[in-house]
Amino acid sequence: MSVKVRIPTPLRKLTLEQELVEVGPGTIGGAITELQTKFPGIRERLVDDAGQVRRFVNIYVNEEDIRFLQNNDTPIRDGDEVSIIPAIAGG
Amino acid sequence: MSHSQGFMKALKCRECGHEYALGATHVCEFDFGPLEVAYDYDRIKAELTRAAIQSRPQTMWRYRELLPVAGEPSVGRQVGFTPLVKADRLAKRLGIRELYVKNDAVNYPTLSFKDRVVSVALSRSVELGFKTVACASTGNLANSVAANAAAAGLDCYVFIPHDLEQGKVVNSLVYGANVIGIRGHYDEVNRLCAEIAGKYGWAFVNVNMRPYYAEGSKSMGFEIQEQLGWRVPEHTVVCMASGSLLTKIHKSYQEFTKLGLVPETKWKIHGAQATGCNPITQAQKAGLDFFKPQKPNTIAKSLAIGTPADGFYALRVMKETGGSGDDVTDDEIREGIRMLAECEGIFAETAGGVTVGVAKKLIAQGKIPADSSAVLCITGNGLKTLDAVAGHVGQTREIRPSLREFEALRVADQPELVNA
Repeated sequence: MSVKVRIPTPLRKLTLEQELVEVGPGTIGGAITELQTKFPGIRERLVDDAGQVRRFVNIYVNEEDIRFLQNNDTPIRDGDEVSIIPAIAGG
Repeated sequence: MSHSQGFMKALKCRECGHEYALGATHVCEFDFGPLEVAYDYDRIKAELTRAAIQSRPQTMWRYRELLPVAGEPSVGRQVGFTPLVKADRLAKRLGIRELYVKNDAVNYPTLSFKDRVVSVALSRSVELGFKTVACASTGNLANSVAANAAAAGLDCYVFIPHDLEQGKVVNSLVYGANVIGIRGHYDEVNRLCAEIAGKYGWAFVNVNMRPYYAEGSKSMGFEIQEQLGWRVPEHTVVCMASGSLLTKIHKSYQEFTKLGLVPETKWKIHGAQATGCNPITQAQKAGLDFFKPQKPNTIAKSLAIGTPADGFYALRVMKETGGSGDDVTDDEIREGIRMLAECEGIFAETAGGVTVGVAKKLIAQGKIPADSSAVLCITGNGLKTLDAVAGHVGQTREIRPSLREFEALRVADQPELVNA
């Protein structure tokens, strides 16, 4: 078991076109660090210089926005699913 | 400069300025910033004069140089040029010198401002070769995509929260669209659509077609300026869901000013939300330049977006223009709907009640001064949200077809008639 991370289209060049990648359990912050090790360059796309998730990036753990959870400290466990999604307009 | 791109130059990231080709893409690969259409304003200035505009049919496409299609529009050619109503009775009721209502409740063909954005998005989708169009929607957008796709012969999927008003659901189904109800709120529908858009080769009007789609909103602002006699209004009140419309009204004023179509002046843009979903106005009132996402709970379902994509930019427009923001409760929304209906004969949907209710508040607080002039942007039709006001606007009184019963009813209303 592990945590599945769904990669959005704009980042798939970095993941060699993989849509779904796996990371170990821990926290969102830890997952971003692990992703950076596997796919160099991905970290700066997701977080700003202060390590905060960028304004136009939404990250969800099992369909819940991490800003309703514990942001970067949100725990992720085996079997969880993480989605990274750009902000969208509409109505 | 290739003329096969019309007056567009490129898609450009609003954050870092990185440029992309004019395809179906909406997010910068580097910082996830939204992409926006960049235009060749020098060429536009040479062609788009007041005389040229006035010689064209009265639709939103009379400003086509400033709308992002390469050739002539193929979808929604009759959309727009809705009435700008001088609202003297409502002005008196709200306590302001001069008031106008821009009435997109009667926009063609689906009775909301969304026909503007969809006309642009679908025309551009056809140019880019798409056969299937789709959207995530709180209702009005779904209605418009379904209708305009039907008229253009495109396949259509619309994704909506499962608990929308019946009127808005039927108004999508009737056109033969595939209507998918998602058991979740709009932000969850949006998230799913982002994932679907990444997987299927469809034109999602508010996802991969967003840079084109969003520009369509400018036409509401272009029309306001022309209908006011080529000037920018002092105050404009705009309701906010994602916040996109507010930023595009502002942009329309900037563009007409830059092109010399209106005199230079200062204007203020004010944002309106429902208290049950007020991430943008809450941040505005707290003086923040970022918002906190919310879980919506309001009768203004067309504004129920808890994670507003353009919230950041909407806050910036309010701040830069010296505008303000406020929000109103469900009861104040119903009161707003009734005031507009009783004073001007215009039946707006809940979002219109939000705009009127917030205008009332801002005038009372002096943020829109009593001796000034304002435009209220009404974005949708009340016939679509009957559930929200039914039971709050009085009752039919039934009598038999008898003159005696009618006169009894009149006397009950006005006892002084007994002796008349």
